[in-house]
Order: sequence, then structure tokens, then C-alpha cells
Amino acid sequence: MADTDRSAQAPTVICDDVHIVYRVNAGGGGKGSATAALSRIVGKGKAEVSRGVRKVHAVRGVTFTAYRGEAIGLIGTNGSGKSTLLRAIAGLLPTESGRVYTDGQPSLLGVNAALMNDLTGERNVILGGLAMGMSREEVHARYQDIVDFSGINDKGDFISLPMRTYSSGMGARLRFAIAAAKNHDVLLIDEALATGDRKFQIRSEERIRELRKEAGTVFLVSHSNKSIRDTCDRVLWLEKGQLLMDGPTDEVLKAYERETAR
Amino acid sequence: MHQGGAVATSAPPSSVDEGLAPAELAAKYGLAVSGARPGLFEYVRQLWSHRHFIMAFSSAKLTAQYSQAKLGQIWQVATPLLNALIYYLIFGLILGADRGMDKDVYIPFLVTGIFVFTFTQSSVMAGVRAISGNLGLVRALHFPRASLPISFSLQQLQQLLYSMIVLVAIVMVSGSYPSASWLLVIPALFLQFVFNVGLALVMARAGAKTPDLAQLMPFVMRTWLYASGVMFSITVMLKDKPQWIADVLMYNPAAVYMDLVRFALIDGYGSENLPGHVWLTALAWALVAGVGGFVYFWKAEERYGRG
Repeated sequence: MADTDRSAQAPTVICDDVHIVYRVNAGGGGKGSATAALSRIVGKGKAEVSRGVRKVHAVRGVTFTAYRGEAIGLIGTNGSGKSTLLRAIAGLLPTESGRVYTDGQPSLLGVNAALMNDLTGERNVILGGLAMGMSREEVHARYQDIVDFSGINDKGDFISLPMRTYSSGMGARLRFAIAAAKNHDVLLIDEALATGDRKFQIRSEERIRELRKEAGTVFLVSHSNKSIRDTCDRVLWLEKGQLLMDGPTDEVLKAYERETAR
Repeated sequence: MHQGGAVATSAPPSSVDEGLAPAELAAKYGLAVSGARPGLFEYVRQLWSHRHFIMAFSSAKLTAQYSQAKLGQIWQVATPLLNALIYYLIFGLILGADRGMDKDVYIPFLVTGIFVFTFTQSSVMAGVRAISGNLGLVRALHFPRASLPISFSLQQLQQLLYSMIVLVAIVMVSGSYPSASWLLVIPALFLQFVFNVGLALVMARAGAKTPDLAQLMPFVMRTWLYASGVMFSITVMLKDKPQWIADVLMYNPAAVYMDLVRFALIDGYGSENLPGHVWLTALAWALVAGVGGFVYFWKAEERYGRG
């Protein structure tokens, strides 16, 4: 997307100096003695810093603005804060400082986002739809489309089996199908495309393009430079929680490939 | 990768919006802070629009509960039945906690107590894990988080209705037959349900912050069980102790709801066993826990899912 026509575009996501800190109960180990644990539970503020609870500063001061109709890729090595940033944009992780402004309710779609494993695929489709705020009629109207899109039933009647019996690829496909069934203002995708087979990847890339046409913004986290190149026109490169580069896909990917090739 | 703070950023987009701080830009285009906590009334409205999700979630969880068992849904009824049997064996036959009570009264007295207390107990236990046990869902999808503890309480209500089948059978075998007073079970259980939801909401917030509660709560609940007169009559048992102890035990919410259901169902269990103003007490407990728990839970709405 050329820079010139962005002026006509309204921003959909604004990140303003976002910091995100995880607090981890470091279970076990020397510091995790019973008394330390007790004081951790009893005393709130002070104990947190010193005893057992470790802070992980995952995102450090990221600022950018995304516009309507953009597809933005997030790249960076493992643990660079990509998925964390997505969760913050979705409003699922609170920020430590800084703000995320969004237009409407962004929706996060990640392969790790487990739905309910002990329920059948069928129930998951219905519950997922209802949880996203669809009405019962909408869910029933779209049910067949979701199942067809996911391709779960291509190899037999899997939709009536509990999700724990699915292969990881099947689970990811069904989750993607559920999330993509609704038109989102802002759709955040976390490596979903990497898990499906080739056929499903092509189908989901098509669906992403459709979602974009319906005036949304798509964020894609992926380690596959190819799928970033195929779907995104702008790329953010994160490293150690900081924004290293923000620009057109080709430019950023070239720089990223140079850096990672070393 | 090592340029330090040097960030290569694409050119700022346009002349019109240039120079606007992010907050001003957001205000101009009507963008809202992501994940901000809605107002209390807006929150209630969101919950209402998710009512189908709440219902579907609770019944799905209920059926999934025994989906790995070979006997499947039969356990819905078999579990409470076995529970009742064991308590009768220990407290009725071995310990003889039935002092001063007819066998025809004591058996339904005991079973009602167990089922009604289990309703509160399992709502609390489900509440503790409502958020912390469903982080995958909380981090993946957007919905008012109170849906989860409410759904779990609703699941326990459905479970209780299965138990009621067993209870009705036991009550009838013991010689109490359906009468108009049985209808009182409905308001009693409704008030208890509201009370349980409130408690589950409180526990869900506490459990989201301190998951250790899942380990601690079984002991708290067992203490409460023994203190509430589930398997013995408080008045008979504490005859020679100061009156205030019995009062405290009898006005505790678990005892109040248990006694109301017993009074409604069992012919030989008259109003002389109930504390004064019992319906008012039941209503007060429901309101305090329900409203208080809801507001307490809502206050941390934007923080669930941190971890």
C-alpha cells in the first residue's frame, strides 16, 4: 500500500509506548521455600519484587499505527514478543504502561488458544461462535460453512468427536475456521497458517484476503517469510520486545533475512 | 539487531494527522482503549447478550464431565446416590449422629443436607478454577469473564436437579409425600443459587490471582460442612453449649438453605427446627453475596488473563 493513500485511511489500531510485563511464580528452586511462598501470598506488593515472583519484560515501548485495509506481518526470533503484542492489541493481556487503542473489538486467533478439548468439534463451533458474540441463529446459519471450511469432515465424521482426539493440525484448522467465520474489524492471527496442510493454507490465505476487503485490518505473526510475503503489505520487526523496523514487506524482510542468515 | 534505540519507522502517514499524539489520533477517529473495563451497566448488558453462551457452556461442561466414563451420564445420578449411601453408613449407622430423630426423618434430613451443601461446595470449587482453569479460553476469545463463574454455578444447579431425582425417591420411601409445601423448594434453591453465583464470582477473582486456593479450599469447605449441621441437628447437638454458638451456626447461609429445603420436603421436620426470620435471612445472604460478588468480580475484569 502506497504511503500517499494512507491519509484517506482511518487508523484502526494505535499502540502508544506499550510495555508488557509477565509475572511468573517461579515454582520450586531454592527461593521457593515454604516461608517465602507464604509471605508471597500474605504480603502483596513488596514481597512480589524479591521473592519467587520473577518479572519478564516481554514488550518494551512499542509504538505504531495501523490503518484500515492493511495486512501487517510481525516477524522476529522466538521470544521477541510478537505473540504477546498481539494479545495486548486484542485486549487480552493488560499493558504495564502505555495504551493500545483499537477500532471495535479485535479478535485473536492463535494455534495455542485451546478451545475446550473435552467437547466435540460440533460443540466447540457453537460455543466459539456464541462466545464471539454471535446470536444462536447466526451460529446455526454459519455452522455448515465453518465445518466445510475447516475440512474436518474430509476424512470422515470427526466433528462429532471430542477435540482432544484431533491431530494438532486439525485442531488449528477448526479454530481458524471458527474465528474466521465472523467479520472482524481487526483480526489477529498467530501462526495459524503454518499448521494446516498446503490445501488449507491456500484456503485460509483466500479468507484473509476476503476479510481485508471487508474493511478490516489483519495482523499476522509467522515464522514463514513466504506466508508473510504472500499476505502482508507492511511488516513490523520485533526483537527483544522492541520495534526494530517498520516498513513495506520487501524492505523489512530483506533486512530480516540478512540478519538471520548470519 | 544491535543498533540500540534506532528504530527505522515508515514515514508518518499524512499531513492532516501529522503531529497528533497517539492519544489525540485515537480520540479523533473514535478508537477505544483495548481491553478496558466497561461500566457496570454496560457489563450487565454484555453479560445478558452472552446468555446463550453461558447456557451452552454450562450444559456442554455437564455432559463433558462424564464423557470419558463408560457408564456416561448414569454417573449424574449415581454419584449423589453413592455419596448419600456413604454418609448414611458412617453417620447414621456407625456414629449414630441421628440422636433424637426418627429414622424416617433422619435419612431424608441427611441426604437433603448433603445435596444442598454439595451445591454450594461445588460452586465454590468450580468458581476457584473458573478463570485460572480456563486461561486458554480467556486469552483466546472475548466475552465478559463473569460468564465463566456463572456458567459453572449453572452447571452445578443442573447437577443438583439430577440429585433431586434421587432425593425425591428417598424422601418418598421415608414416608413424606408430595404436598403444597414442596413448592417452597423452588424459592429456597433459587436464593441459594444466587448466593452460590456470588460466592463463585468472589472465588473466581481470588483464584485467578492466587491459584493456590484450589488446594486450600477443600479444607475450608469441609470445616464449613461439619459446622453447618449437615449430618446432625444443630439444636440437639449444642443443647448444653451457649446459645450464641448455635445461633451463629444456624444463621450461616449453608445451614439456612439446607433447613429451608428440609422443611419444605420432610413431613416430620417442622418449623420449630428453623431459626426466626429464616426467609429474610435467606434473601439477605443471597443479595449480599450476589450483588457484592458481582461488583467485586467486575472490578478486576480487565486483569483476568494476565499471567
